[in-house]
Amino acid sequence: MDKQYSYTAQLKVKKLACWRNSQVLFDDLSLDLLPENVLFLQGENGSGKTSLLRILCGFRLPDEGKITWGNQTIYSNPEYFQNISYVGHKNGIKDELTVEENLNLMRSMATASEIKTEVVLKEIGLFKQADVLTRQLSAGQKRKLALARLMMTNNSFWILDEPFTSLDTASVVFFESLIKKHIARGGMLILTSHHDIDLSGLSVNRLSLTN
Amino acid sequence: MFNAWSQIFKRDLLIAFRRRSEIIHPLIFFVMVVSLFPLAIGDDKVLLQKIAPAIIWVTALLATMLSLDNLFRSDFEDGSLEQMTLLQTPLSFLITAKIVAHWVITGLPLIIITPLLAVLLYLPSELISTLLLTLLLGTPTLSLIGAVGIALTVGLRQGGVILSLLILPLYIPVLIFATLALQNVEQGFSAEAQLAMMLAILVLAITLSPFAIAAALKVSLN
Repeated sequence: MDKQYSYTAQLKVKKLACWRNSQVLFDDLSLDLLPENVLFLQGENGSGKTSLLRILCGFRLPDEGKITWGNQTIYSNPEYFQNISYVGHKNGIKDELTVEENLNLMRSMATASEIKTEVVLKEIGLFKQADVLTRQLSAGQKRKLALARLMMTNNSFWILDEPFTSLDTASVVFFESLIKKHIARGGMLILTSHHDIDLSGLSVNRLSLTN
Repeated sequence: MFNAWSQIFKRDLLIAFRRRSEIIHPLIFFVMVVSLFPLAIGDDKVLLQKIAPAIIWVTALLATMLSLDNLFRSDFEDGSLEQMTLLQTPLSFLITAKIVAHWVITGLPLIIITPLLAVLLYLPSELISTLLLTLLLGTPTLSLIGAVGIALTVGLRQGGVILSLLILPLYIPVLIFATLALQNVEQGFSAEAQLAMMLAILVLAITLSPFAIAAALKVSLN
């Protein structure tokens, strides 16, 4: 059994609004997320899922509304952002580095988990490619490497934007089990996906964004 | 905090080493443009000698601007920049690692090759040391100021021209003090005042520009 996360709190979003090019993507959006909970965002293309996730990561500022972590607004709480593991549309890995170098870089930048790089390489099935430049990997392999970020750090809040694009079935099963372990340790997760994701046994809140 | 800094620094040097060809382009540009002048002016030793500092400085300025283009672009496009904003180490501190690495890769070779070009332009040998000193104080300033412009335009599709319009005016003070220092030495005066001024500009750029760059990058991410 893995250790429980030490840094968690309740995430509260109140009356959030986001505009893009003077069009309202969403407004009056409120949600709550507790440790050991999953929030599954659904909605059509362009309904603002990614924008919402980027607001939660602090890349975008909300046009209205409040986001609090514990009892503090997230903008006065740098620890909130440090505790996020984000995997978005962009993989966040460097093409000119080898697979292993990329993994070690992810680890050295944050509060590292105890897991060994070698173990991660084996688990995501890139052990043989450890010394290959990332540029030479397939799209699915790059995605696996991007998702390996989740294993390299000890962050309790995961934000995943379409995490399983171009992954094969076996890898999807592996990362689903990773998500379950994460939740069992008291972690939190917000994700969007157009794929079916097996989240059985977890307490999942579903939120639909409409145009 | 310093660990993350040195990791980024090492990472950028490694990436530059693996993409050597791109790094060497601004340097070739520098050498080629400088050597165009003797070709165009002909063997007029007095004239070349007179404008040599200006030629080298203006070309160095343009080469620096060219080389800056890729400073944040790849990090922006592959999502590394997003990941960097989530780290414990402040972005304004982390990006200084990128700029120092960038200067080591592009600014330093430029300074090293300058004595050779100075000979090409008949620059008197007693001026070379001052020229190198102005470049040593000036090119980091150019990188720091240029990085602000790059950070602002990294999200735009055609950032190139806007970038030069944005940052060339800001390069003027550095250019003025550098060429003035060389004129002074040429006429037998001391260049201490100009060099001190250049050092002051550099210190100002080091202390203020990281915050401007980090803020501009966050705007570009939005």
